[in-house]
Amino acid sequence: MVPYKVSYHKANSVAEAIELLNKYEDECKIIAGGHSLVPMMKLRLAEPENLIDISGIEELSGITETENFIIIGACATHADIGRSDIIKKHAPMLEQATNKVGDVQVRNFGTIGGNIAHADPAADWPTLLLAANAKIIIQNAEGTREVDADDFFQGLFSTDMEENELITAIYIPKSAANRNSVYRKFPQPASRFALVGCAAAIEVRNGKVANARVAFAGVSATPFRDSGIEKALEGRNFNAESIEAATSNVANGVSVMQDHFANEKYRRHLAGVFAKKALTDLA
Amino acid sequence: MTLIGTSVKRVEDKRFITGKGRYTDDIVLPQMTFAYFVRSPYAHANIKSVDISSASEMDGVVKIYTGKDIAESGINGVPCGWQVDFKNGDTMKEPPHPLLVADKVRHAGDAVAVVIAETYAQAKDAAESVMVDYEVLPAVVNAKAATQEGAPLVHEDAPNNLCFDWELGNPKAEVDAAIEGSHHVTTLDFINQRVIPNAIEPRSAIGHFEGHNDRYTLYTTSQNPHLTRLLMCAFVLGIPEHKVRVVSPDVGGGFGSKIFHYIEEALVTWASKQIGRPIKWTAERSESFVTDAHGRDHVTKAEMGFDKDGKITALRVKTYANLGAYLSTFAPAVPTWLHGTLLQGLYTTPLIHIDLEAVFTHTTAVDAYRGAGRPEATYLLERLLDTAALEMGTDPAELRLKNFIQPFDGVTQEGYQTQVALQYDSGNYHEVLHKALKMVGYEDFRAEQKAARENGKLLGIGFSTYIEACGIAPSAVVGSLGARAGLYESAQVRVQPTGKVSVFTGAHSHGQGHETTFAQVVADKFGIPLEDVEIVHGDSESVAFGMGTYGSRSLAVGGSAIVKSIEKVLEKGAKIAAHKLECSAEDLEYAGGKWTVKGTDKSISFGDISLTAYVPHDYPTGVEPGLDFSSFYDPTNFTYPFGAHIAIVEVDKDTGKVTLKRFIAVDDVGNVINPMIVDGQIHGGVAQGIGQALFEGTIYDESGQLLNASYMDYVMPRADDLPNFEVDRTVTPCPHNPLGVKGAGEAGCIGATPAVVNAVMDALTPYGIHDIEMPVTSQKVWNVINGN
Ligand SMILES: Cc1cc2nc3c(=O)[nH]c(=O)nc-3n(C[C@H](O)[C@H](O)[C@H](O)COP(=O)(O)OP(=O)(O)OC[C@H]3O[C@@H](n4cnc5c(N)ncnc54)[C@H](O)[C@@H]3O)c2cc1C
Repeated sequence: MVPYKVSYHKANSVAEAIELLNKYEDECKIIAGGHSLVPMMKLRLAEPENLIDISGIEELSGITETENFIIIGACATHADIGRSDIIKKHAPMLEQATNKVGDVQVRNFGTIGGNIAHADPAADWPTLLLAANAKIIIQNAEGTREVDADDFFQGLFSTDMEENELITAIYIPKSAANRNSVYRKFPQPASRFALVGCAAAIEVRNGKVANARVAFAGVSATPFRDSGIEKALEGRNFNAESIEAATSNVANGVSVMQDHFANEKYRRHLAGVFAKKALTDLA
Repeated sequence: MTLIGTSVKRVEDKRFITGKGRYTDDIVLPQMTFAYFVRSPYAHANIKSVDISSASEMDGVVKIYTGKDIAESGINGVPCGWQVDFKNGDTMKEPPHPLLVADKVRHAGDAVAVVIAETYAQAKDAAESVMVDYEVLPAVVNAKAATQEGAPLVHEDAPNNLCFDWELGNPKAEVDAAIEGSHHVTTLDFINQRVIPNAIEPRSAIGHFEGHNDRYTLYTTSQNPHLTRLLMCAFVLGIPEHKVRVVSPDVGGGFGSKIFHYIEEALVTWASKQIGRPIKWTAERSESFVTDAHGRDHVTKAEMGFDKDGKITALRVKTYANLGAYLSTFAPAVPTWLHGTLLQGLYTTPLIHIDLEAVFTHTTAVDAYRGAGRPEATYLLERLLDTAALEMGTDPAELRLKNFIQPFDGVTQEGYQTQVALQYDSGNYHEVLHKALKMVGYEDFRAEQKAARENGKLLGIGFSTYIEACGIAPSAVVGSLGARAGLYESAQVRVQPTGKVSVFTGAHSHGQGHETTFAQVVADKFGIPLEDVEIVHGDSESVAFGMGTYGSRSLAVGGSAIVKSIEKVLEKGAKIAAHKLECSAEDLEYAGGKWTVKGTDKSISFGDISLTAYVPHDYPTGVEPGLDFSSFYDPTNFTYPFGAHIAIVEVDKDTGKVTLKRFIAVDDVGNVINPMIVDGQIHGGVAQGIGQALFEGTIYDESGQLLNASYMDYVMPRADDLPNFEVDRTVTPCPHNPLGVKGAGEAGCIGATPAVVNAVMDALTPYGIHDIEMPVTSQKVWNVINGN
């Protein structure tokens, strides 16, 4: 398993990374943890001529907080996120997810930025960011822009990002919903990516659901929030009955993926099962 | 000092754990080049043309060979090492398997050309530029379908894709009549699915020809380097055997897939002479998936008759065995002599018949995979037993106990003659099952299960009581069954002048821990420290000859050869000692590392005698100097380990997911030299057997593409899929080899699979479901419980 010939460049700052991106245009790729890109290169499904390594850039690492947001650097690894007390306190579903991503090596290398840029339909982070109502901070030569997770994921391995852009950070709101959040995953038995994953963040006020965000991984080519579930819950009492009703017709109208581990019917069913599990955990 | 029977830590682990193992791919030779094979993406296609012109121009390319070059060179294809004849006496169809194919590809992964370049990456880059024009043809992948009228032919001279047909057992008419007359007949139609061995180290081979002394060296990932040398020299390349050294260094797992002689080994050896430089080839994982010989793949209908008391009256089996596109080294033996002969199981079944068709398909070759034939036989029997119990409303454990062969030790009582050609050596089948039932707490479990069911939970228990024929085995017997080689083993025990001992064994360790187990035997018999013994294996230049490691034969056959040489050393040592101690050899006894004159305190140590043998100044007349003996051991029978495995599972109704809650294995592998290593072998085998039951299996599409040819899709069992195994054993020594050992390498893999599937079926009894095809995945379970 050897990739095609490739040149390697180490960027020491975001500015330098952007400069290199503009220099090599469509003949380069950013490499962060390399745990999605390198396998693709070894299988010769990706053949960048130049790699721009951002993994050592200080500004992209770490997890910090402001009054209203948790800020996760694009190069924070799964393991970094799993160890963060800030995350634990404000968005438990993110911490739960880190134990379910790959194995220890993957968690020590893979980054959240790389994971969402790659946008694998079975990856965990895209779905979590949808449920968390996250904002993705993207930088290019002109400056930075901010994209809602809702608008970022556009399809199979496809996002709202140009080739000369870089994700620098992810903002997670410190919201009541995120504090009451959970991630449940049924792993595909070989890859351990999500055959179905369900992230749910639910704000309950005076016994009623005030705000519900429920998103799925592995179900469709694009991670999505299930507005059917969310609408069915909002304004209701949060209990077994409302959960049962809300999860009776999951992924309605969504085109569901099929493979030899799960055909459409089974996958849709699993999505319902895991939505129910997730919501029941929170109720 | 007794080392035999103690869990000595594995001496080889220091280098493995510290990353210092030396595998074939670790070997770097001066001037070495790299080979990359151009392989067919299609399962069946005519090769219209192969254009190497642009590839030849690419950076670093040294040479490219195509199928045409190989055909013109006059070298042969790789041979098959076992012949099975048709029922009518005709010889099996044995189509050639050339090192590179010239006109037609017969499975996805078939080798069409090879690029040799300065670096591996350059070889791979150029291989992508070799232009092959294929005319794609329809393919057939299922063994039964391949025999039907109109199925695409894999080899033109094998009509109906039949390699051979075969039968074994009692006269068919008698078996038919007994089945017809039975009080109850249980029938199962099933596929024992194809699995991929997946050794962690991919196959690798380095060919090195040295012109100045006209010698070849092949480094290869082989479970039996000597056989590879014999086959390659005598059948493929036609080069003198004494000019070829085959080295099989550390090997990272084989599970059968590295027994066989593969095209890549012969190709790099041959081509090294042509280009005058060493050539290394190492498989990529995706290549391993489609070129390592696969295992199992039977389409079977099995019927078992019972009388009204639940005694088995007869067994009738029809199997289509998939051999793949070419005959791998031992392929014909696996579904026949390693499968049909095991259909007696542990039971007194009076009438047995198997009818088998061995079939070519457009798939990767199928050959021995851990257990080889015996897991298929066990699966068939044990699924029948549990299904029959469900159908007849009897207890599966009771049903077995009722039908077991009575205990026999093979010494004071004769071996048990089966209806299918074997004579079991010794056994106590009731005891293993009783022990396993006790460990599981059977009655408590049934109560727990009942309560769980009332709470809507699906708990199940499954049994498997198996026997295997191991220690492969008596040369005359296997010869009469079609083996084209003997299956003895050799061992040389060389006592060095200082009393240290080097042992050269023809067995080959690729995970089994021979360097420890064999050393324990030697150290114990000589009464010297373990550290004073070295075990050498895997090099045709240092080891006289060997038949390698597979079929759980290393200790039973290879270990016995070592014991023979040890006895010769002690006998000669006694002569020297008698001279030194001025007595007769009969007056001496050997213990604790010294010869002592019986009834006195006069003694002389092993070390002193060793030195005397090499510095023979004061020496008995008529005795040769030196202390170095070789032996060949050819056993008189197979060995027959057996055991009882019990699985407990819980099925999640919502997801269909099967969770293995407990796994109990009571195995009888005869005497045990190193309990820890035996437990390790059982654990690994059980995990592998569970893998087949719940996770593994190839998925071919109709065109012959292997759809799950990567670890993203092919499900291997992992630690978190498995409970802590509860293992124990009984000991029924093998009566016919000097160590009384039977073999432990395959037991786990043979016993585990049906236990797990049986447990799932037991859990699903509320749904009246009696069979789900392996692997029993969540989706399949969910589908059947929802009536989909
Ligand atoms: C064995 C294994 C198991 C895995 N299991 C899971 C799992 O269960 N769940 C799961 O979600 N994932 C899983 N993964 C994927 C893993 O999480 C990857 O690490 C992650 O998807 C990619 O992160 P990375 O830093 O390694 O990215 P890289 O591989 O370095 O890059 C991936 C892509 O993102 C781009 N990129 C990287 N960083 C940025 C950035 N800051 N801005 C713009 N583009 C960028 C790259 O150019 C590339 O196209 C697994 C991976 C492996 C190897």
